[in-house]
Amino acid sequence: MNILVASLFLVSSSDDANAFFYSQNYIIGAFKPACSITISLADGKSRKQVALKENGKTVLIPIFHNQETISGKISIEPISGKKVEHNGIKVELLGQIETYFDRGNFYDFTFLVRELDIPGEIYERKTFPFEFPTVEMPYETYNGANVRLRYVLKVSISRNYGGSIVEYQDFVVRNCSPPPSINNSIKMEVGIEDCLHIEFEYNKSKYHLKDVIVGKIYFLLVRIKIKNMDLEIRRRESTGSGTNTHVETETLAKFELMDGAPVRGESIPVRLFLSPYELAPTYLNINNKFSVKYYLNLVLVDEEDRRYFKQQEITMYRLSETS
Amino acid sequence: MISDGVVEDEEKWLSAGIAGLQQNAFHMHRALDSNNLKDALKYSAQMLSELRTSRLSPHKYYELYMRAFDELRKLEIFFKEETSRGCSIVELYELVQHAGNILPRLYLLCTVGSVYIKSKEAPAKDVLKDLVEMCRGIQHPLRGLFLRSYLSQVSRDKLPDIGSEYEGDADTVMDAVEFVLQNFTEMNKLWVRMQHQGPAREKDKRGKERGELRDLVGKNLHVLSQIEGVDLEMYKETVLPRVLEQVVNCKDELAQYYLMDCIIQVFPDEYHLQTLETLLSACPQLQSSVDVETVLSRLMERLSNYAASGSEVLPEFFQVEAFAKLNNSIGKVIEAQENMPIAGVVTLYASLLTFTLQVHPDRLDYIDQILGACVKKLSGREKLNDSKATKQIVALLSAPLEKYKDIDTALNLSNYPRIMECLNDGTHKEMANVIVQNILKNKTCISTAEKVDALFELIKGLIRDLDGDTHDELDADFIEEQNSVARLIQILHSDDPEEMLKVIETVRKHILTGGRKRLPYTVPPLIFSSLKLVRRLEKQEESVSGDEASTTPKKIFQLVTQTIEALTSIPVPELALGLYLQCAEAANDCDLEPVAYEFFTQAYILYEEEITDSKTQVTSIHLIIGTLQRMHVFGVENRDALTHKATGYSAKLLKKPDQCRAVYACSHLFWLDDHDSIRDEERVLLCLKRALRIANAVQQMANATRGSSGSALLFIEILNKYLYFYEKGVSQITVESIQDLIKLIRNEMQGDASPSDPAADAFLASTLRYIQFQKDKGGAVGDKYMLITD
Repeated sequence: MNILVASLFLVSSSDDANAFFYSQNYIIGAFKPACSITISLADGKSRKQVALKENGKTVLIPIFHNQETISGKISIEPISGKKVEHNGIKVELLGQIETYFDRGNFYDFTFLVRELDIPGEIYERKTFPFEFPTVEMPYETYNGANVRLRYVLKVSISRNYGGSIVEYQDFVVRNCSPPPSINNSIKMEVGIEDCLHIEFEYNKSKYHLKDVIVGKIYFLLVRIKIKNMDLEIRRRESTGSGTNTHVETETLAKFELMDGAPVRGESIPVRLFLSPYELAPTYLNINNKFSVKYYLNLVLVDEEDRRYFKQQEITMYRLSETS
Repeated sequence: MISDGVVEDEEKWLSAGIAGLQQNAFHMHRALDSNNLKDALKYSAQMLSELRTSRLSPHKYYELYMRAFDELRKLEIFFKEETSRGCSIVELYELVQHAGNILPRLYLLCTVGSVYIKSKEAPAKDVLKDLVEMCRGIQHPLRGLFLRSYLSQVSRDKLPDIGSEYEGDADTVMDAVEFVLQNFTEMNKLWVRMQHQGPAREKDKRGKERGELRDLVGKNLHVLSQIEGVDLEMYKETVLPRVLEQVVNCKDELAQYYLMDCIIQVFPDEYHLQTLETLLSACPQLQSSVDVETVLSRLMERLSNYAASGSEVLPEFFQVEAFAKLNNSIGKVIEAQENMPIAGVVTLYASLLTFTLQVHPDRLDYIDQILGACVKKLSGREKLNDSKATKQIVALLSAPLEKYKDIDTALNLSNYPRIMECLNDGTHKEMANVIVQNILKNKTCISTAEKVDALFELIKGLIRDLDGDTHDELDADFIEEQNSVARLIQILHSDDPEEMLKVIETVRKHILTGGRKRLPYTVPPLIFSSLKLVRRLEKQEESVSGDEASTTPKKIFQLVTQTIEALTSIPVPELALGLYLQCAEAANDCDLEPVAYEFFTQAYILYEEEITDSKTQVTSIHLIIGTLQRMHVFGVENRDALTHKATGYSAKLLKKPDQCRAVYACSHLFWLDDHDSIRDEERVLLCLKRALRIANAVQQMANATRGSSGSALLFIEILNKYLYFYEKGVSQITVESIQDLIKLIRNEMQGDASPSDPAADAFLASTLRYIQFQKDKGGAVGDKYMLITD
C-alpha cells in the first residue's frame, strides 16, 4: 500500500499486546525450619499497605517513603523442645534491582545491616528490636516486564550446619513528588500530506497518577475514511545500556476517543481518567540500570484497518496523597 | 434476490444483537438487584456495546436502540438509588467514564448525567454542556444520531428553563437554548453527512434511510419550541437565526426541506409573523432542488389560518407588512430557482393569494398584482398541460371567487382574464364552470352589459367550441355545463330596461357563437329573459306613459326573432315552435297584433315544414291550440285564419284518437269566457260533433280490425267537454245531447264486445259524480244540472 508516511506518522504492522511472563525465583523451603522468625514493624498496624500479587496470592505489603526510619521487632521461636545453635543473627535492609536479561542477578543498590545477636544458642522465644534510621530509598518499588526493583528486610540466622535460616519481609517504597512548577500543554499539528491533518492538544505534559487527561483532537483535513480513534497509554521500559539495551513496550490503556468518520472541522474531546490504570511514575535512568517512560499514543484506524498514530511522551509523577 | 439476502442477514444480525443485549441486561439486572455497582457498570457497558454495530439499517437499529433505552431507564433508577445510598454522584459521573469503548461510555454518561442534574449538585447547564460536548466523540451518523437523540430524550425535562426546577441564573434560558441548539446542529450535521458516506450506488437507499431518521433531528426543534423561556425576542435574536444558519449552511436538499417545514410547523404563528423577513430571506438561499414552493405554501397556509382565527390578529399582519414581504420573497425564490416547475410557481402564487384574501380582503390591487405576476410567468409559454399546474391554477383562480362570493370582484381584476388565456382548453372549461357554479351558488347579480361581456369572455370555454374541441357527442358533463350556462343567463338582471337590453344583446352575441350543440340550451333562457323584459316594459309603460324610451318591445321582438331564427339551422323545430308561441303570447300581452301574428305564422311554418314526427305533431298542435286560445289581440280575420289552420292541422293528425282529442281541444278556440267577441257556439258544437264522429270512427275501426270495440275513453272525454260548455251556457249544447251521449257511453261500455277498462269506468264514475255534485249544490248551475237525467 502506498501510504505517504510523514515523519510524524508511522504505519505499524501489528499491535499485539506485549504479553510478558513473570516467574519468581523462589525456592520453597523443603524442610521444616528449626525455628520460626517473625518480623513485625513498629507501626505495622497503622501503616498503609498495598495489595500485591505474588505467586497467585494477594499479600498486603507495607508502604514506606524515602528517608523514613524503618524499625520493629524480630522474634525467633524455636520449635518446642529444640534449641537453635547459631553463629550470629543479623537483619539486612536490601534495595535490589533484578534484571531478567542478566540471568536473574541481583544488584543491591542499598545494603544496610544490623547485628542482632552474637553467636550462641536460643532455647526459647527471643525478641530483638531493630532500627534503620532515615534510610535513603530514592527509588520506588517497581515490577516491570524485564526488571524488578524491590526492597526487602532479610533476617538470617547463620549456622554451621543445616544452612542458614532466612526470613524475608518485603516492603514497598513509594515516593511522592510535588506538582511540577512548569507543566506545559502538549499541542501539535501532524499529518500526512493531502490525506490527513490533525491538531491535537493535551492539557499537560506531566500527569500525576490519578490525573485526568483533557484535550481535543481537531481535524484539519480528512481524506481517508476513518473508522475510529483511540488514545493509548504505553509504557516503555528500557533496561541495560549501550548494545545491551532491552526495550519493552506495553500498552496499559486503550481508550476509544471517537467512533466513525469525522469531517473537516470536527473537534473531538478527550477526557481520560488515569485512575483505573495501574500506572507508576516515570523512572529515568534508575541507578543506570533501567528507565520507565510513558507515552500517549493517538491511533487512528481507517476502514482498511490501517493505523495512523502519533506518540507523545508524558511524564508521570506521584502526587502526595495528602495534598 | 440480493436484497432479500440482505434483509435476511439483517434480521439475523438484529436478533443476534437483541440476544446479546438481553443476555447482558440479565446480568445487569442481577447486579442491580444485589447493588453491585461494579458489575452493573460492566454489564451495562457490554450491553450497550451491541449498539456499536454498523450492520443494521436505521429501522432495525431503532428496534435495538429501544430495547437498550428501556434497560437504561432501569439503570438510571439504580444510579439514583445508589446516590441515596451514599455513593457520590460526582464519583459515579467519573466512574462511568472509565469505560474503554466510547459508545457505551457516552450512553452511560448521559444516563448518569440525568441523575446528576436531578441531584442538583451541579448546575444543569454545566452538566448538559459537558454531555453535549462529549457526544462529539461519536462521528458515525447513525450511532451519533441515536446517541444524541437519547441525550435529547433524557434531558428534555431537565433543561434550565424559566420556571423549571433546574432554572439557573439570569441567562438560564439561554443555556437551555444553547444546549438544544448545539445538539440540533450536531445531529443535523450527522444526518446530512449520512448522505455522502458509503458507496454511490446506494445513494437512493441512503436517502430513504435518512427519511426514516428525520424525526430524530426535528425533535430538537420541537423541544426548542417547548421551552417556556423562548419568547419572541429570543426567538428572533437567537433561535431562528441559529437554526436557519444551520439549515442554509448544511446545503442538503432533504434536510433543508424537512427542517424548514419543521420550523414552520412547530413555532407559534405570531413568531412567524414577527420574523417573517428572516424566515423568508432564508428561502432563496436554499438548494435549488429544494421544494421551496411547498415550504412557502405551508407557511402562507399557516399564516392564513392564523389570520382567519380572529380579526384581532390582523393588525399584526399590517404592522409587519406581511404581504409585501411574502410577495417580495416569492419573487426572489422564483428568480433564484430557475428550473422551478411551473406548477411550483403557481402553487406559490395560489398560496399567497389565499393569504392575501384572508388578511387583506379589501386590497383588490394586491390580488391583481399577484395575478399579474403569475401571468408574467405563464405568458410566453405554451399553454399549460401539466396536470399539477392546472390544478393549482384552478385553485388560484377559484380562491377570489370563493372569498368574495361575487364575480364582480373578479371581473374587476384586470389580470384575471389574462390568466384564463394561459390555460389549455380543458382547464379553461373547468375554470369557466367553477365561475358559473360560483355565480349560481351565490346568486350574484351581474347587471351591466360591460360586465356581462367580460364574464362571457371569461367563460368562453363553455360558450363556444375552442380549437380542436369538436367532438359531437353530448355527454352528461356537457349537458350539465350547458344547463349551468342557461341558469346563468337567467340570473342576469338589470333594473334599467335599457341596460338589460344591452345585456341581452351582449349575451346573444356570445351565445350565437356557440354552435349547434349549445344553442338549444342557451337560446331558450335568453328568449325567456327577453320576454321577461318585454313584460316589464309593458307594465312600466302603463305607469310611465309617453316615455321616449329607446327600448321598446318591438325592438326586443326583432331581436328575439333573429335569435330564434338561429335555431333553424339546427333541427330542433319543436323547441323553436315553443319559443315562437311564447313570443306570440308576449306580443299578445303588448297588444302587438302584427308581431303576434308573425310569430304564429313562423310557428305554423315550422309545424308544416319541419315537424314531421307524428308524436311531436300531437304535442305541438296542443301547444298551438293552447296558446292560440289565450290570444286576444287578433282581429277576427287573423284569428279566423289561425284557428282555421289549427283545426285543419288537428283533423289531419295521423292517429284517430289524436285527431279526436285535438279536434275537441279546438272547440276552446271558439269560446273565450272573458271575451264576448269570441263566442261562436255553432263552431264549438261543430268541433265537438266532429270529435264524436271521429270517436265513432275509432270504435268502428277497432271493431273492424280487432273484432271488439275500443275503449269508451274518448267518449267520456268528449262528454266532459259537453258538460264544460253546457255549464258555460253554450246554448247549442242541449240537455238531450248530453243525455244521449251518456247513454251512448253506457251502451258502449256494457256491450258484449267491449273490453273492460277500469280507467274508463273510473272516469265515467267521477264524471257522473260531478254531475250529481253540481245538482246537489243548487243555485243556477245546480238548476241547470237538474235537467240532466240519466
